[in-house]
Amino acid sequence: MTWSDTVFLLPEIILTLGASALLFVPLIGERGAGRSAKWWTLVILGITAASVIVSSNAVVGMTQTATFAAMFALDSFAIFFKLLFLFAIAMVVLMSEDFLRESRYSPWEYYSLLAFALCGMMFMVSGVHLISIYVGLELMSLSSYILAGYYKNEQKSTEAAMKYFILGAVSSAILLYGISLIYGVCGSLNLADIDRAMSTMITNDALMVGIMLLGAGLCFKIAAVPFHVWTPDVYEGAPTPITAFLSTASKAAAFSIFARIFYSGLHHFQLDWSSVLATVSALSMIVGNLAAITQNNLKRMLAYSSIAHAGYALLGIISLNAMGIRGVLLYTLVYVLANLGIWAVILMLRRHEYAGEQVDDFDGLYRRAPFWAFAMVVFLLSLGGIPPTAGFIGKYFLFAAAVQSGFGWLAIIAVLMSAVSMFYYLRIVVAMYLKEGAAAEVSASGSLRFVAAVCLAATLFLGVLPRPLIDQVTYSSRRLLVRALQADGGR
Amino acid sequence: MDELTQGMPLVVFLIIGTIAVASSILVVAMRNPVHSALFLLLTFLCVAVLFVIREAEFVAAVQVLVYAGGIMVLFLFVVMLINVRHLPEERVMSRFWKGGFAVGLGIFILFAALVRPGVYHDPNPNTKELRTVRTYRMRNVRQADGTVIRKRVARPRVVGNSEAVGMMLYRDYLVPFEVISLFLLVAMIGAIIIGKRELSADEEETTPAFILERTETEREVKESFSA
Amino acid sequence: MTTLAAITNPWMHYLIWPVVKFSIAFIIVQGIVAAMNWIERRLLGLFQARLGPNRVGSEIGIPWGLGQIIADPVKFLLKEDIVPSSSEKVAYYLGPILPLVPAFIVFCLIPFGPPPTFAVTSNVNVGLLLILAMTSTVVYGIILGGWASNNKYSLMGGLRSAAQMVSYEVPFGLSIVGVLMLAGSLELEEIIRYQERNAWMFIPQIVACFIFIVAMNAENNRTPFDLPEAESELVAGYHTEYSAMKFAFYMLSEYSMMVVNCCLIVSLFFGGWTLAMGGFGLTTAVLKGWGLLGGLLGTLIFVTKVMTFMLVYIWTRATFPRFRFDQLMDLGWKFLIPLALANIFVTGIVVLAGGEWLLSVFGVAVIVAVVVFMMRKPEKVSRKVMHASPVSEA
Repeated sequence: MTWSDTVFLLPEIILTLGASALLFVPLIGERGAGRSAKWWTLVILGITAASVIVSSNAVVGMTQTATFAAMFALDSFAIFFKLLFLFAIAMVVLMSEDFLRESRYSPWEYYSLLAFALCGMMFMVSGVHLISIYVGLELMSLSSYILAGYYKNEQKSTEAAMKYFILGAVSSAILLYGISLIYGVCGSLNLADIDRAMSTMITNDALMVGIMLLGAGLCFKIAAVPFHVWTPDVYEGAPTPITAFLSTASKAAAFSIFARIFYSGLHHFQLDWSSVLATVSALSMIVGNLAAITQNNLKRMLAYSSIAHAGYALLGIISLNAMGIRGVLLYTLVYVLANLGIWAVILMLRRHEYAGEQVDDFDGLYRRAPFWAFAMVVFLLSLGGIPPTAGFIGKYFLFAAAVQSGFGWLAIIAVLMSAVSMFYYLRIVVAMYLKEGAAAEVSASGSLRFVAAVCLAATLFLGVLPRPLIDQVTYSSRRLLVRALQADGGR
Repeated sequence: MDELTQGMPLVVFLIIGTIAVASSILVVAMRNPVHSALFLLLTFLCVAVLFVIREAEFVAAVQVLVYAGGIMVLFLFVVMLINVRHLPEERVMSRFWKGGFAVGLGIFILFAALVRPGVYHDPNPNTKELRTVRTYRMRNVRQADGTVIRKRVARPRVVGNSEAVGMMLYRDYLVPFEVISLFLLVAMIGAIIIGKRELSADEEETTPAFILERTETEREVKESFSA
Repeated sequence: MTTLAAITNPWMHYLIWPVVKFSIAFIIVQGIVAAMNWIERRLLGLFQARLGPNRVGSEIGIPWGLGQIIADPVKFLLKEDIVPSSSEKVAYYLGPILPLVPAFIVFCLIPFGPPPTFAVTSNVNVGLLLILAMTSTVVYGIILGGWASNNKYSLMGGLRSAAQMVSYEVPFGLSIVGVLMLAGSLELEEIIRYQERNAWMFIPQIVACFIFIVAMNAENNRTPFDLPEAESELVAGYHTEYSAMKFAFYMLSEYSMMVVNCCLIVSLFFGGWTLAMGGFGLTTAVLKGWGLLGGLLGTLIFVTKVMTFMLVYIWTRATFPRFRFDQLMDLGWKFLIPLALANIFVTGIVVLAGGEWLLSVFGVAVIVAVVVFMMRKPEKVSRKVMHASPVSEA
């Protein structure tokens, strides 16, 4: 470890300094009541994004990608997700403006916490050691707990934060139990060492329980059934921009480490864990989609839908093949795009000072804002996986991966449940186009329009011309895959 | 586990371990929160002794310094500040104690069944290799030709475990360590955000910023009058 | 050979010697504590231009009121022990006893004289850390006593003490880090040996020394940080409801902790048992060369230094007015902690660059500046005004 290794950490260092600087700006005499906070944050995110690219170029020439005592890696997988997180957080920042203006909460701490959460995500996706993954995860989670309770005068928000915090703490404990058992058996926490140790190992109880507990902890973070109960309440209670953050960036981060741990650390025991995760996946799809049908509150509906989507994405991890890992990356990206778009449209609607959270707030939206109604349809179709949108590509890869690796029954459940999901997605479409009413008015600010437009363009573009993305994803997932496939060939 | 299974350490382990377990049960069984806190303190101290038996003096000292000296004092501070006068007369057990007990017992049995000799890698934490640390110092070094120059010299030596812990923490685990410091910063920000009371209109008049602004306005008014 | 066998005999080594050593150390310390009572009152008297206790014992030929040293404990023993009926009994009795335990344990870890004979009773490689850990638990007695008395003034005193201890523990610990960086060890013996080879630590670590002295005063609840027992606000603070021997126990632990802190400051910053810098003077090697006599001399040097700092305690008490609580917190969190962190930062950089002498230059400069500042010609104060009294005027 030398000074030149800091180039690996450059984006994180810049982001940390920026996030801390956000706390100091109001102290040195900012007089605009925080109106400039958004721009400060965006500039910091921009510099961080640039530094991700710079440092990834610098790393290309180096022989090894992991550094700091093999704790921290800057590989193509990490870079893909880091840029995705940066994009998602930038969008959330743009969405938050109205919320912060209306409530009298200080924007500086809010943006700073978002930046710290991003920092945690970047650390965890770069972590190749269970401890560094864990501390990154905790940094992200803690920031999310606070952000979920940012409406501190509102009971729902406080309740959401409290539930999220307590259940999150329990899940962290479970995760740690799992990690400690794996450490006990393998003698190391480094994913490469775990991989090496497991390659010469036969199944044993302690290891199995360790992997199960680790998986359970991670399933909590991605909100898969049966660890999903917190999701609807937290999504409903948290401020809407934060719900957008939780359902996109935070979830994508959880998927990234899920994929990394299971693909590069635990793949030798795929036969053992895949059946359990397959059950979890099937349950998530069934429970999530069926429960979403009955919801009238849009935030709750999307919460259940996100549970179902966790089930879909798990397909890619269970199948453990080239299609699977590409599917996880693709699906995470298109899911983030579509969800961000939906949250932006929801934030445009307001009824009596509140964001349009009920399904009937969408009644007759087509008459009042035809373009945003169209955008909403595209996002919903993308979530449902209907062809001209990007969602189709993601689902295609996941389902194909499942079939390839012999989980045909799971793919069938997934297709069936996708059909079920169209039922409640179309309910919103019906409300927008066929129903009359103007319960909620549309007040789209510039940044919300921007977010929705960007997501719309990306969703359509990637749906029509997916080639560049698929190439990118293939490149990014290569390293993770190499190890898993090598082991597969050896078996 | 060898040094635990014989002689004095075993006797001490059994005594202190029993006290630790008993007092940790009493922590949850006590009705008065101050008593609970005191038994928690006792548990911490006993655990520190257990660390000493395992020759982890550094961890033991830090355990006492941080938990007993810092965290428990704050605990007691809060408990006493709230100063519960009316303790619950009945129903000390939670309604769910049976379920909770069953789950706890289940997990205990699970782990007890898992942790068998032979399953675990148990590298002895006190081996010589782990305790060997290289320190670098500027030293005057006599060259072969008799000249003396000053340069950095590595000195590998077997050290006490505080230095070994330091090397582990600040060299191998540097990245997680720094992330944890960010974690604590975020915790602090969060505590301030959640704990900060919003000022009512009356109270806002007492804030320094408000007073400063008012005095400035008054001065301006005075100046405009005098001009 | 027989003596060697006697020394290496495990029973001798593990049981007898430690007990003997500890007993001697204990007797010395308790002697200091008992004497301090009288010294403090006399000195405070002199500081305030009055006499202080100078009579007790003169009937039986004990000079200067030294009989007070005996009279005070006897008084405490014979007084009525009042226990408030509404107090929490167990905690109330535990309160005065608890702080004595860590205070006495710490004496096992302090090197009173040159090794091996006069060194610490128990050599632990994290010695300093253990001392810090022990001193940090002293506050429980105060908190517990304050709470158990079931008196709001006592409770306030206990709470204040808890907040104060937790706040000043941080600069207290941080100030030592710079010393550790220079000496490269957590063992007090090693730190003292470093000082005799180079310079007494208060020169390169002048900032740490200052922080340590301030934080030490605060940890001990001594004026100007005696808010837990501020008589003008809280009657007598945490020991309002304590009387007789229980009260004496509180006093005993307070003075024991004062001695402990002075021992710490002497070993950390003022060369411990040596009178040597840069390897010249009464170093450990020289003292060892003189055998038993050297050992005794080293111990004497140590105790003399400790007594000097005890006098500094009293001097501080007589000189400074009490802090307000928010000032106390501000001083700790906004001044001492940042200063201590800056000190660690600078020391770390300097040690890494291998230029320890720079710190010593800085320390000497600061000391010279302070001395010059204090030697200024004082403003004229009329002696008449100072000693004015209606009697002499008349």
